[in-house]
Amino acid sequence: MSSRLELIGPQGLRTDGRRFNELRNMNCKPSVLSQADGSAYIEQGNTKCLAAVYGPREARTKAQVLHNRANINVEISLAPFSMEERKKRSKSDKRILEIASAVKQTFEPIIMTELYARSQIDIYLQILQFDGGTVQICINAATLAIIDAGIPMKDYVCACSAGCIDDEPVLDLNHLEESNTPELTVALLPKNDKITLLQMESRLHIDKFQQVMEMAAKGCKEIHTVLDKAVRENIKDLLKKSSI
Amino acid sequence: MTFQFLSPKPSSYTNKVDADGDIDMLLKTERENFETKVVTPGETITHATQYMGGHGTYISPETNQRLSSVAGVVDRVNKLISIRPLHTRYTGEIGDLVIGRITEVSQKRWKVDINSRQDAVLLLSSINLPGGVQRRKTEADELQMRKFFSEGDLLVAEVRETFQDGSFSLHIRSLKYGKLRNGSFVIVPPALVQRCKTHFHTLPCGVNLTLGLNGYIWVSKHTTQTVEELAIYSNENEEIDQENREAIARVCNSISALSRHFMCINDKMIMLAYEASLNFPVKDLLKLDVMEVITSEVSEKMILLKAGMRR
Repeated sequence: MSSRLELIGPQGLRTDGRRFNELRNMNCKPSVLSQADGSAYIEQGNTKCLAAVYGPREARTKAQVLHNRANINVEISLAPFSMEERKKRSKSDKRILEIASAVKQTFEPIIMTELYARSQIDIYLQILQFDGGTVQICINAATLAIIDAGIPMKDYVCACSAGCIDDEPVLDLNHLEESNTPELTVALLPKNDKITLLQMESRLHIDKFQQVMEMAAKGCKEIHTVLDKAVRENIKDLLKKSSI
Repeated sequence: MTFQFLSPKPSSYTNKVDADGDIDMLLKTERENFETKVVTPGETITHATQYMGGHGTYISPETNQRLSSVAGVVDRVNKLISIRPLHTRYTGEIGDLVIGRITEVSQKRWKVDINSRQDAVLLLSSINLPGGVQRRKTEADELQMRKFFSEGDLLVAEVRETFQDGSFSLHIRSLKYGKLRNGSFVIVPPALVQRCKTHFHTLPCGVNLTLGLNGYIWVSKHTTQTVEELAIYSNENEEIDQENREAIARVCNSISALSRHFMCINDKMIMLAYEASLNFPVKDLLKLDVMEVITSEVSEKMILLKAGMRR
């Protein structure tokens, strides 16, 4: 596959100076909001996301009550200033709703909802700056916020994207790359390599699929170590403060 | 021929005895494995199968190991292992004192928000009628339930019963409990409020303090006389003078400062924070740098106090 744009330079570096198998610079911090039960802020390159988790709490409407488990509700919003052109997006934008339902389906089997019958867990995600990889950053931010809220889940859920530029598998696509190449988003449980989400919206040659998939899985593990470090630091910090 | 009976050799059990007089039966090496250990979701807590799993743990279906499901510290009571997350909603126990807000009035019961996974219920039969009369509640009482509590009212109550699905039932069958008036409401993380002998305090600055175990705190004007029985369900606030108002606001803001820095909240800590805050005007207390100054002063004093106690 050859793209019109020169996505890989002569030195084999990508447009933002990364190599094929490099993640974007990642920055994350749990417990950023005081009102929410759990919250997190994540930056992956130029994509920035804020997550707030409320619950498990009383269901807001009777229709949402499930009698054997908790109901998970995911809402995503894109800030008007998040993209190149300033535009207000409604919450019922089809694209956003689709991502929200993907996030919800990712977490439903992982969060131990059966412990909280008749309750509701609300996950609010806000993209503050957009540069590709919305699904992955939403999942990573939600994971961190859910852990911060003390809601039991079987494992971390880490998501990462990978694609293929000029027959070469590349990791963690930015916006420029993802609009010109096929993109595969994987969410997996890093401890036992179980996949909870696999999303691809364009065509990719079957011979390349295995390589791209493996690269994405490796990216997920790297993200796991970053998230885990942030969670541990946060807990140790809180422990130190509360022991006075 | 003389026999000598040797006393049984002490094993490597060190017989650590806890506050309740229970003897710890774990080997010393085993015990050290768990002390202040931080775990995150999916992490193996122990390979041994001899332990019982408490909250925050589950057994992996593939490997049969006991894994953690939350991020927190390992809490071990003999062979029972549970994980205590630091940020979490309130999980009640019978006898806990909680503060709640009425969210719904329904058939013979109120729904009360107590910062738990579900709203608690307060049955019409678990309240005292004005005047202290003891009788069955009639249909007439049912029709005037809003006269006792209506939506948005705050109350202090005790957990009467916990149910299988995690919900609670409350009661206010004592003059200590009932509707809250003449004060201000603060929310802190429930983990910061610990179980104590009493949760009603009168601070030296002339302010009454009620610490709910669910992280809801009520700071109110000091009254010496007990509530007259007829006024239990009154909605009228009494006159509070400027000085009292300021004291209440100062205590509230001191509590917020402590909770922001995730420090334990009890009467002693609040009083230390209050004393430290006297150098600043009340309205400045919510500024981040002022909070920093106050809390660092409190922690210094606490360290000194603890060192003094040890001596």
